[in-house]
Amino acid sequence: MVDEDPHGAEQRAQQTPSLLRMSGIVKQFPGARALDGVDLEVRPGEVHCLLGQNGAGKSTLIKTLAGAHQPTSGEILLDGEPVTISDPVAALKLGIATIYQELDVVDGLTVAENIYLGHELATGGVTRRSEAARNTRKILDRLGHKEISAHREVGSLPAAGKQIVSLARALSRDARVVIMDEPSAVLDSEEVANLHRIVRELTADGVAVVYISHRLEEIRQLGDRITVIKDGRTVATSLSVADTPTDELIKLMTGRTVEYAFPARPGVPEGAEPVLEVEDLGLGDVFHDISLTVRAGEIVGLAGLVGSGRSEILETIYGARRSTSGTVRVGGKRLRGGVDAAVSAGMGLCPEERKSQGLLLDEPVYRNITLSTFARMAHGGLLDEGAERAAAREQVEALDLRPASVERHARTLSGGNQQKALLARWLVHGCRVLLLDEPTRGVDVGARAEIYNLIRRLADDGAAVVVVSSEIPEVLGLADRVLVISDGRAVHDSPADDIDEHAVLDLVMEGSVA
Amino acid sequence: MGGLVLALLLLCVVGIATTGGRFATAGNITTLLALAATTGVVSIGMTFVITAGGIDLSVGSVLGLATVWASTLSTQYMAEDYGWWVMVVTALAVGLAAGLVNGALIAYGKVPAFMATLAMLAAAKGLAEIIAGRRTQLVEVDPFLDVFRADVLGLPMIVWIFVVVAAAGWFLMNRTTFGRRTVAVGGNPEAARLAGIKIKRHTLYLYGLTGLTAGIGAVMMLARTTAGSSTTGTLLELDAIAAVVVGGTLLAGGRGTITGTVLGVLIFSTLTNVFILNNIDSSVQAIAKGAIIVGAVLLQQWFASRERATST
Repeated sequence: MVDEDPHGAEQRAQQTPSLLRMSGIVKQFPGARALDGVDLEVRPGEVHCLLGQNGAGKSTLIKTLAGAHQPTSGEILLDGEPVTISDPVAALKLGIATIYQELDVVDGLTVAENIYLGHELATGGVTRRSEAARNTRKILDRLGHKEISAHREVGSLPAAGKQIVSLARALSRDARVVIMDEPSAVLDSEEVANLHRIVRELTADGVAVVYISHRLEEIRQLGDRITVIKDGRTVATSLSVADTPTDELIKLMTGRTVEYAFPARPGVPEGAEPVLEVEDLGLGDVFHDISLTVRAGEIVGLAGLVGSGRSEILETIYGARRSTSGTVRVGGKRLRGGVDAAVSAGMGLCPEERKSQGLLLDEPVYRNITLSTFARMAHGGLLDEGAERAAAREQVEALDLRPASVERHARTLSGGNQQKALLARWLVHGCRVLLLDEPTRGVDVGARAEIYNLIRRLADDGAAVVVVSSEIPEVLGLADRVLVISDGRAVHDSPADDIDEHAVLDLVMEGSVA
Repeated sequence: MGGLVLALLLLCVVGIATTGGRFATAGNITTLLALAATTGVVSIGMTFVITAGGIDLSVGSVLGLATVWASTLSTQYMAEDYGWWVMVVTALAVGLAAGLVNGALIAYGKVPAFMATLAMLAAAKGLAEIIAGRRTQLVEVDPFLDVFRADVLGLPMIVWIFVVVAAAGWFLMNRTTFGRRTVAVGGNPEAARLAGIKIKRHTLYLYGLTGLTAGIGAVMMLARTTAGSSTTGTLLELDAIAAVVVGGTLLAGGRGTITGTVLGVLIFSTLTNVFILNNIDSSVQAIAKGAIIVGAVLLQQWFASRERATST
């Protein structure tokens, strides 16, 4: 444990007993160790900031505290007593409330109904609506939002309003620990100021707030102490917000214990033609002014935080979303239309969510691999399943897809092999441009190296590749060029060799509070 | 699939046991098959729509509308002049047109399938009532009746039509790009879209297909009842959906079986036949139908969860 602060925080530590303490928490999933020894100590009335890169284990940690996961080993102590948080209801009963990024409110119910969801005030099954409405008004008033009516349908509220409802629900449960996962991501500056005010009021009442955020300015304004998580482990805790320099925080967050082997970059030949040209692409207020050029044999990486708009950029280039400004050209010709126009022009996309956006889970592997090409292989509308199976087998062998059967349902494959199947789909189709969204998410170390090699080979064979990844070392290791995206804008564009992880993190985190 | 065949055989055994020799006669089997044929044809079309994750509540009314349109005096006069095919083409065209309207609303208008086809159900019935003036129109075109009421190799023509449609349906679902697209769209529409499949156009064709099968059903109904009426086909969609679901096609989409649908249709027809032979009240029949549907779905879910548990 690194403790930098000789004054304030430490002295307070001697005096205030901790409210919540996690010791050596480990969470093992089949095939992945999401948490590998997390220590966290939270005191009443403090704002404790949790810092860590994507994939470091923050969301697993939150879910463990919220009762959605059970730790494989380790201890959780509340007021010094060991507790088992067996499910979300138990967590709430213990006074631990969680405000998720994906706001978990029910649009169709009113504010009061949402606040009392799961613990309705009722006598013999009949709800006491006026009492609930009264309490709701009191809580909303406390949160500084008495203009929100208790009977208003939550679906009609903006994101900030829904967040207030989520907070109010936590308060209605007399929460003593409130965990907030990147709450300011959906708010504008005025709402953020209000959020901060609410947080300060909560802590003045003795509530402890565990605050997850990437925005350094916000952490400095709001936080008391910081804990840094990396690779599922606590690397530093009880750091004073006031006295720990940004540089040091970033150093603690970066670097990997596992060294990924990235294939060598042969460098793009001089006269290589640009295959993909994106000019001033914009999508409402999700992203704007995005321009990039990818030549044959080049890999361009988009680095940035989740929510910065990178997936949307890929989807818009692909035609899955309709841009509001800008153009996309493949081989010099302007792309007009939806996905089928892009696919005809030789573009392929491996989407972010393999299962919900990419695969037909209850269909055999070969049909997943030929999903974009079965029509081409058919003869006058008649399927040629022999050809399909043969093409699939070829890919399974080339990509070392395991198990080697093409008949198994896609659902039975591991994450890495599912990703290979998706890549195989575009290999069979033949692509000039390949867009990859988080290609190694949920993929184990061994398969990752194989996927990196595959991507490199694809580029070397002449494809133009764009890769989105939330893991900065991955983007830097794999790509020839890097674009850093922050809040829907490109804040940096350079060869990958001209920037390092530290600088990228600096760029993405140094966003202003709003 | 084995379960369905078993269930069908069981019903036949019950039929034989409870009615002495009356069940297993050629005449009765023929009646049973003729009963199944019209619902069967419509169920084939419905199988496709449900496999793709949609639903078509309008097939019954569209069938009724098609019978009415094909049996109006003017159509019949034309048929007497030019040939019985005039009535057939009319019925098919009405079915196809209604189906394409459904498809357009659902694919391009983004109206949920349930709502669009529910609206068509009402509209088609209303239109049929207007055209027929709420009367039953008798079919008097002898050539038409001669062709479609004939027996070929001992079986009524309409049973053969069912056989041909079922075979074509099986082929379409399992051996063509159309069938593959249907399964993909039903299994994961987003993945299908991102893989480059033209979902909207396919949806249009799907509902056109269902409408077409309703048109074929209309021809068969005209032959069987020698009459066209706006009440023909009422609630037929429910029978079709029931047969499809019992047959093993998932209501949520992603998997379809024509063979299953055929077995499902036969199971319900056999049930009806056995009940009629035993003079059991039609209300009891309805309850039995309901029980079978629920039982079949529960069994399917149980098998599916077992399959999932062992395959990970």
